[in-house]
Amino acid sequence: MSDLGDLYQEVILDHYRNPRNFGPLPDANRAAHGDNPLCGDRLSLQLRMKGDVIEDIRFRGSGCAISVASASLMTESVRGKTLAEAEALFGKFHPMVTGKGGGGDLGKLEAFSGVSEFPVRVKCATLAWHTLRAALQGRTETISTEQG
Amino acid sequence: MTAALDVRKVRGDFPILGTLVRGKPLVYLDNAATTQKPTRVLDAIRRAYETLNANIHRGVHFLSERATKAYEEARLKACRFLGAADPREIVFVRGTTEAVNLVARSFVRPRLGPGDEILITHLEHHSNIVPWQMLRDETGAALRVAPIDDRGELILEEVEKLLSPRTKIFSVAHVSNALGTVNPVKRLVGMARRRGVPVLVDGAQAVAHAPVDVRDLGCDFYAFSGHKAYGPTGIGVLWGKAEHLEAMPPWQGGGDMILSVTFEKTVYNRIPFKFEAGTPHIEGVIGLGEALDYLREEVGLDAVAAHERDLMGYATERLGGVKGLRIIGTAREKAGAISFVLEGVHPHDVGTILDQEGIAIRTGHHCAQPVMERFGVPATARASLGLYNTREEIDALVAGLRRVSEVFHP
Repeated sequence: MSDLGDLYQEVILDHYRNPRNFGPLPDANRAAHGDNPLCGDRLSLQLRMKGDVIEDIRFRGSGCAISVASASLMTESVRGKTLAEAEALFGKFHPMVTGKGGGGDLGKLEAFSGVSEFPVRVKCATLAWHTLRAALQGRTETISTEQG
Repeated sequence: MTAALDVRKVRGDFPILGTLVRGKPLVYLDNAATTQKPTRVLDAIRRAYETLNANIHRGVHFLSERATKAYEEARLKACRFLGAADPREIVFVRGTTEAVNLVARSFVRPRLGPGDEILITHLEHHSNIVPWQMLRDETGAALRVAPIDDRGELILEEVEKLLSPRTKIFSVAHVSNALGTVNPVKRLVGMARRRGVPVLVDGAQAVAHAPVDVRDLGCDFYAFSGHKAYGPTGIGVLWGKAEHLEAMPPWQGGGDMILSVTFEKTVYNRIPFKFEAGTPHIEGVIGLGEALDYLREEVGLDAVAAHERDLMGYATERLGGVKGLRIIGTAREKAGAISFVLEGVHPHDVGTILDQEGIAIRTGHHCAQPVMERFGVPATARASLGLYNTREEIDALVAGLRRVSEVFHP
């Protein structure tokens, strides 16, 4: 059962049960929606940007443990970061969860390293990040895991 | 009275059931998505390529004659399987989805205008929703949806009210893929016929679980997919009353569906060939015929129904004893599928953890998002039964669900 333990690490279960930064952000100036139509996951991100700094970020939605925990941990790790820093984080996170290396200095986000052993779950882990990228780029269409 | 199903013997017919998943025996409970194939079907497909591979309905040579004979024999098997009167009423299609689209395009479209209505139900699979929405958008007709109650049963009084002289088709699932609800099709057909409304029955989730007799049901069209009935993928059957098929325009143009072609005029072939343009899925048809004989003659559909009824009762009881588990869809008559949610755990996570135990179930919306919405859940986990499943496998499922709870609520 070591594989399962790798996937459902305690920090992931914790953030699934008690998601951080969950709820509406009243003074948001950026937003984006993400969908995983295969699982019915829905994610709604709101950000308050000041210049190119993510001053605050909150999310709402429902989904599996991996997608909710990923959204929760992402909001924690990008708050206070610049746009470029957030991009850089995703630049390391993505290869880690797809098993192409990377990781090693991602802190709590390394909890998702086990995802690479479960290819069908990669989309769950990256939905929040793709949605963040859409929000940062000012895109308004819903991001779907089933596009590209 | 048919002989009871010998599940040990039946399991021996399916080589894939010996698969080990990460060292654990495969427990295949995703039969509503697709069923496994018995050796008999696999052998028939191989034999077809080894002994009669040729195109059908055209060659004068030995192999072509053989292939044509095997292909047309499969049509007879499908005819017997459905209790149909006439093999000309059997049209081979890619699957249920294509059958619904064929009826929508070729039967309903020409008779549909603004103000007319199409009636479906809240239980339908997307494949029995979207083709009708497309027609609605093209014609200005209205799409009406018969509601279901909290058990996941059709509300018959509402169906009665929704059937009107303007209804040009009533298209209804025989068995719900998401909830397992068995609809009272014969009664529904009776209600529709009294108002002169033709009925298409989506039998995708029905034919592998109990005997179907289209003449007894009284419907106008009946569709099913081979791969959900222990046959190959990419092949299915549309049964339609000959009088309808005769009157319908062809659905796709091409070879085999014509008698003669000039640039000025084409004379269409007779039914059912009019609806089978192009070289068909010959191996699929032969494999499907074999699967239908396996079900009807070798195992017996009454025996299958009795075996699965026992399993359904057992599974419902055992799952009901799992803490935090809620069964979605509690119709009085169910077949095949049991949908459920586990408190505090998303179905996708349930599926991943069960997979680690070698247990294959489906998680998600099951291509029936309106059903999910009706029950206020984004998704469910669905265990679906086949003739080779056992009580021990239900026990394994229950043990797997306990494991899920251990991971999520330590």
